[in-house]
Formats: sequence, structure tokens, C-alpha cells
Amino acid sequence: MNQLIYYTLHLADNNLILTQRNAAWCGHGPILEQDIAITNITLDLIGQSRNLYQYAAKLINEKNIKLVETETPFSLENEVNEVNEDSLAYLRTEREFKNLLLAEQPNGDWAQTILKQFFYSVYQYLLYEKMQYSKDEQLAGIAAKAIKEVKYHVTWSSEWVIRLGDGTAESKAKMEKAIKELWRYTGEMFVPADYETAMIAAAVAPDVALLKGEWMKKVMEVFSEATISSPFGGDWNETVFMQTGGKNGIHTEQFGYMLTELQYLQRTYPGAAW
Amino acid sequence: MPTQLQNTKEKKELTAIWQLLNEVCDPEVPVLTILDLGIVRDVRSLPQGKQGNEEGFEIIITPTYSGCPAMDAISIDIRFMLLEKGYKNFKITTVLSPAWTTDWMTEEGKEKLKTYGIAPPSHSEKKGEIAVHCPQCNSVNTKLLSQFGSTACKALYQCQDCKEPFDHFKCH
Repeated sequence: MNQLIYYTLHLADNNLILTQRNAAWCGHGPILEQDIAITNITLDLIGQSRNLYQYAAKLINEKNIKLVETETPFSLENEVNEVNEDSLAYLRTEREFKNLLLAEQPNGDWAQTILKQFFYSVYQYLLYEKMQYSKDEQLAGIAAKAIKEVKYHVTWSSEWVIRLGDGTAESKAKMEKAIKELWRYTGEMFVPADYETAMIAAAVAPDVALLKGEWMKKVMEVFSEATISSPFGGDWNETVFMQTGGKNGIHTEQFGYMLTELQYLQRTYPGAAW
Repeated sequence: MPTQLQNTKEKKELTAIWQLLNEVCDPEVPVLTILDLGIVRDVRSLPQGKQGNEEGFEIIITPTYSGCPAMDAISIDIRFMLLEKGYKNFKITTVLSPAWTTDWMTEEGKEKLKTYGIAPPSHSEKKGEIAVHCPQCNSVNTKLLSQFGSTACKALYQCQDCKEPFDHFKCH
């Protein structure tokens, strides 16, 4: 049961953390339509993460499970008896977050933001496409609903990768710089954490290792249309060191800063509500 | 009470509730009721309460998009509407599966959308989208400006003939 909770939190954290990054573009997009586009995508992602957090909270409360993995498991427990979607988002510590390192990377410029969204959306699409048939009915339902939304995210972010890659010399340079920055965080998606392995065995989670081929195919198709060749001077698969850790709570330096901002209000004014 | 009589009473009650629900409108697109949108999936009787005399019912709703902020407002509006009419024993349950589709939108709802100035969805995305008609001049010579519009459910278009920009309720 704990493995299912960890897995659900991992899925929820991916979306929440990417949402927090994307939300920083609100009011700052390059043109109004694209500002609206990225915030709409963000809205979809936060909605999906709410569904996932609500499910995780239900599982935790029903089983009265104490997730004693770190020193401060679900810090709110002492103050109220039940966890909920908000306490899971606002009151877990850095090590308790299981999101992909990719999701937490800084926005950088528009190219880096777009590329991050593109890498994640292609992955999310392939993952949720399979998760629709999960043995866990709730996860299957969440995935079947989300996949219709994610399809738009893939289309939109692909178009932008192509536009920038096949655009001016400057836009191409920016896209190549973004690839150099972010590529190292893509390998983690396909290396299952222990809770994923358990859920894959239980036919709850799709096998992420098996998604890699399709993910590469789609990404290479788009890169090819964007006239982008490998900035690493060779094979995409072998030449770059892949950083992992996010799925198990070991994050990059930038994560602490963004989490502080995300949780500031609830940490400073506990229980504050609209 | 004989079961048959009770069934008739129950049926009447449920019909009355469906009619009330048809007065609750979408907060973002106020010309549409929640029945037009296909958000209400079912209304069913709940077993009698502990006292034996409290018959309740359950309203099953489903969100349009995962992150649609209107869902909370809609749930509150349903609650207020029913409380105002004297109903006390009811609960509102949100289900995600099967996922909402614009195929559940009523024909009447689509007409209302068009009159309101929003191009209605033609049919679900699975069957592929046909040309989007301009809600002003009915031309099919229209252009997609952005897949994402003023709300999660809409895309931004422009008519190439009358030049009017307009919202299109996406097929979903």
C-alpha cells in the first residue's frame, strides 16, 4: 500500500513542481496568446495533480498510514489528524518530494521552458496512455481524463521546439543551449524507483523503461523537423551522463529555493485559507 | 408504504431535482446549464438514513477539464440551489471516469453557444474535427490563432471573411 502512495505522490509531484515553474510565466509570456497557452497548460497540470494528491490523501487517511521514511513525515500530522491535498503540497519537506529532476529545473529563457515542457509532455503522454489501463481504477480514471489534455501540450510544445530550432540563428542557438542544459535530466524518467518497480509488477504502473524507445522516436522526429542535430557531437544515448535522484527525494540545488517560495505562505501563516 | 407507490414518489422527486439542476448555469459560459454541458451524470436515491424517514439522494457530476476552476463554483451553486428549495439530505459526488467529452453536450446547448458567439464543438476529437464555422457570419474560412483560449475548454479562432476573432469550444 505504501508503494502505491509513493507512486501516486511521484506522479502528483511531477505536475505540481512543473506547474510552479510554469506559473512564473503568467503575465510574462513573449506574446499574449503564448502567455495564455502556457498558463492553460499549467492549469491542466495542477488539476491533474490535485486529483492525484486527493487520491494519495484518501489512501493515507483510510489506512492511517504513517510514512516514516524521513524525520518529519507529513509534518502536518501533529496539527490536524488527516492529511489532504494542501498539506501534501505545502507541508512536505524537500526529501519527501519525488518529482523528476527535469520538472524542477529553472525556467531559463523561453526556449528552456518550452523544451522542458516538451520533454515532459511527450513522456507524460506515453505514460498516461498506458496508465489508462492500470489495474488501479482511480489512476486509470485520472490518466484517461488527463490524456486528452496532454495531447494538446505535446502538439503545442512540439510546434515551439520546431519554430525555435528552425527559426533564426539566435533562436536555434538558444534551443541548442537548452538541450545542453536539460538533456542530462531526461534519463531519469526511464529508470524506475523501487516504488515504481513494485507498481509495475502489480500492473498498476506502466513500465517506464519500455517507454524510452517511443519517447526517443518522437523527440528525434521533432528535433529533425527543427533541424537540430545532437549538440554532443555523437550518439544521444551514450555520450551524456544522466543525473538521477529526484524520484527518491534527492534534488538539485534549485529545488529548495522554489519549494521555499511555494510553501512560504503555509509555513509562515499555518492554516491560512482564502 | 407499498414499494410501488414509493417508487413513483421517488421517481417524481428525482424528476424534480433534474429540473432544478437545469437551472444551474456554468459560471464561465452562463448561457449553458450544467445539463447542456453534460456535467451531471446521474441523480440517484440514497438508502434511508438512520431515523428511517430521511430519504436522500446523490448527484454525480464530472469535471470538463482536470483543472477547470468552474467545477468548485458549480458544486457550490448546486448546493445553494437545492438548499434554497428545501432539500437537505443530498450529497454531490465528483467522478472522473468515464472522462467527460463534448459528445455529451446537448444539441440545444450547442445552439445556445453559437447564438452567444462561441463556435460549438462539432464532434469528439476521436472522429476528427471538421471545419469550424464562424458564429457571426457562418463562414468556414476560419483560422486557428491559438489552441488555448480564455478558458481551458476554448481555442481562439479568427474568421478570414468577416475578420471577427472568436472562441471555439474545443472538441474533447
